[in-house]
Amino acid sequence: MLYREAGEFKATYQADQAILTIRQDRWFMLALMVIAFLVIPLISSEYWLGTIMLPFLILALAALGLNVLTGYAGQLSLGTGGFMATGAFAAYKLATSFPDLHIFLVILLAGGITAVAGLLFGIPSLRIKGFYLAVATLASQFFLIWMFNKFGWFTNYSASGVISAPPMAVIGDSYVTGPYATAEAKYLFVLSIVVLFALMTKNLVRSNIGREWMAVRDMDIAAEIIGIRMLPTKLKAFAYSSFLCGIAGALWAFVYTGSVEPLAFDVNRSFQILFMIIIGGLGSIMGAFLGAGFIVLLPIFLNNAPHWIGLNIHVDLISHIEFMVFGALIIFFLIVEPHGLARLWQLLKEKLRLWPFPY
Amino acid sequence: MSIKRIKTSIIAAAVISGLIGASAALAADSQFVGSLVYRTGPYAPGGIPWADGFADYIELLNARDGGINGVKLELEECDTAYNTDKGVECYERLKNKGSTGMPAVMPLSTGITYALLDRVVADKIPLITSGYGRADAADGRIFPYVFVPPATYWGGADIAINYIANQEGGYGNLKGKKIALVYHDSAYGKEPIKTLQALASQYGFQFSEFPVPHPGLEQKATWLKIGRQLRPDYVLMWGWGVMNATAIKEAAAVGFPREKFIGVWWSGNDADMIPAGDAAKGYKSLQFNGVGSDFGVHKQIKSELYEKGKGSAKSAENTGEVAYNRGLQSAFILTEALRGAMAEYGNKPMTGEQVAWAMDRLDISADRLKEVGADGLFDPIKLSCADHLGKGRAKVTQWDGSKWVAISDWIEPHATMLRSMYEASAAAYAKEKGITPRDCK
Repeated sequence: MLYREAGEFKATYQADQAILTIRQDRWFMLALMVIAFLVIPLISSEYWLGTIMLPFLILALAALGLNVLTGYAGQLSLGTGGFMATGAFAAYKLATSFPDLHIFLVILLAGGITAVAGLLFGIPSLRIKGFYLAVATLASQFFLIWMFNKFGWFTNYSASGVISAPPMAVIGDSYVTGPYATAEAKYLFVLSIVVLFALMTKNLVRSNIGREWMAVRDMDIAAEIIGIRMLPTKLKAFAYSSFLCGIAGALWAFVYTGSVEPLAFDVNRSFQILFMIIIGGLGSIMGAFLGAGFIVLLPIFLNNAPHWIGLNIHVDLISHIEFMVFGALIIFFLIVEPHGLARLWQLLKEKLRLWPFPY
Repeated sequence: MSIKRIKTSIIAAAVISGLIGASAALAADSQFVGSLVYRTGPYAPGGIPWADGFADYIELLNARDGGINGVKLELEECDTAYNTDKGVECYERLKNKGSTGMPAVMPLSTGITYALLDRVVADKIPLITSGYGRADAADGRIFPYVFVPPATYWGGADIAINYIANQEGGYGNLKGKKIALVYHDSAYGKEPIKTLQALASQYGFQFSEFPVPHPGLEQKATWLKIGRQLRPDYVLMWGWGVMNATAIKEAAAVGFPREKFIGVWWSGNDADMIPAGDAAKGYKSLQFNGVGSDFGVHKQIKSELYEKGKGSAKSAENTGEVAYNRGLQSAFILTEALRGAMAEYGNKPMTGEQVAWAMDRLDISADRLKEVGADGLFDPIKLSCADHLGKGRAKVTQWDGSKWVAISDWIEPHATMLRSMYEASAAAYAKEKGITPRDCK
């Protein structure tokens, strides 16, 4: 009754091609943006913004990157952590070699460098498919981390191999990295980047490039027969996916933690992001965000919950309960909806269209 | 529908937490103490005794003296599972609790330490990393909120070479000797390399590095190379967790004498020796604290806490573990700093900034150690605005098959050489981060 397309007429092609064709969806998105950009920074504490929203947004961006590669182009990858590390180290080298470079350019260029790394590691994807490709991309994960550990040049010969971000401002005095950056500035900076690239990705997957990716994903031989060239298509997916992961890695190192060692991007990070898109929904922009929310926010929620309801139990017991409940919830969601949380979201919208008269 | 319900409950919980968080401020006259521990996760065997030691010392002060100068201590732990993401979350969760917030943070992990370096400057909360973290934070002019007593990795490397030189009859005999380093391939493991390289060129010994990838369960190739090809005179180890026991077993397998195998303090936990069994007998490790549980402070903990069933560890027998003593030491340094801060600002809960002021002037004398029954357990520490390390001394201990035995007195590292290395490294950091060193006069 409230949510339906009936009665909304589209008079132009533009209107027909809009991302959100239903008016209520547009309102919802607008409201979401207002909440994200205005309400959350106003009402949230520093803990909430800096410790919960920041990693959520950054990992959602990485999940978005992996979702392009795995969800849209069908290339299973376990190299996300390595690509995030590439982005982080590239940003560090850029920021320390060219101190006057603007932070936005540093992050974009770091993404660009990661895209080149992604291209290189994407080349085997022409010959290797499915699980075998996952193993091949695992090599990139280990190789890249090893490389940053091994060669002192990447860390400016720091004794410990740790990189740390110099203070950088978006404009004037509004720092987004370094000790004097406020949580609000960091949050708004990351949010803007994430929204920008989410929008870009959404449009990209609706364009001919995205359709090529989906054709390759659904059946590569059929795609080849209708004239899609495998190598450029797959490499485009690798490059764009690594680009987003590189940006996420740079943001993680610069804006979220400030200093990182290569181990912050070890294989566990790759798995974490892969689980995000599996839980969230493969081949869905929304899924990357829902999955990141599930994987990042739920453990924190479970860990804090006993305190909130006033239970005084030992920290180790809380941690173990967190593991058990979290694991059980993953199994529950995969049984209830194997296509991920994004599919539940879609079903919800379909049900809403019929509400309150479902046949 | 379920997803919507979950979302609603998450949001509801968030709102409620905000409300409770605001109202849950502890009684105004008690000092909040936040403790980042890892009682779970892959490194829990080393983390549990530390957490118990820390908690026991705080509880001892509460039970025996009613806190510090009448200010009761409110301890809250947060489990990091030795995971950097969780550690940052724990820090942010605890930092504003209590009436004055967290007086100091001891993250107990090099990864978390690095992630907090920027945050503690903004929050003005001292970061105390006892025997881990950034060695160059010994330069207090550039790291006003980071403190590294009682020892650093660079100092540890120097002490190990010092001990070897002693065994060989003086530094002159080091020439031509072969010394290998087996290290965890991470920020932590790489810390001693520069120091060892500098010492190698100074004293003419041959230094070789053997990185072991995390987690360190596979070291066969490394040890074949060490035991069959290189045949070094001594092997040093910067290992962590399961890597330690594996290395000791592999050393035994290739017949490398354990008496010439020296680990840093984090390769010297009781929990790491027991899995290695007989292979560990004779293995040596540096320790920045004394070993055993015969000190006065242990006796008081046993009578005040364990006999009344209030101890944190499973039983009083666990109170002598090396990691437990380190926990005691961390709690001791923190509470002494609180005492120092209260002497200046009055007997009320202290803020991080006040504790940082006291840490800059921390003076734990030998007399004070006798007073608390920790004579020989800890080394005296005297810090200043520019020196955030102190003497940086450590002992060499040997595993006799069931416990650690101290086999040397406190060994002092080369203070001037290390100080210039700390300053050079800290200056490079300051340049990168655009930090102006504070004036320490």
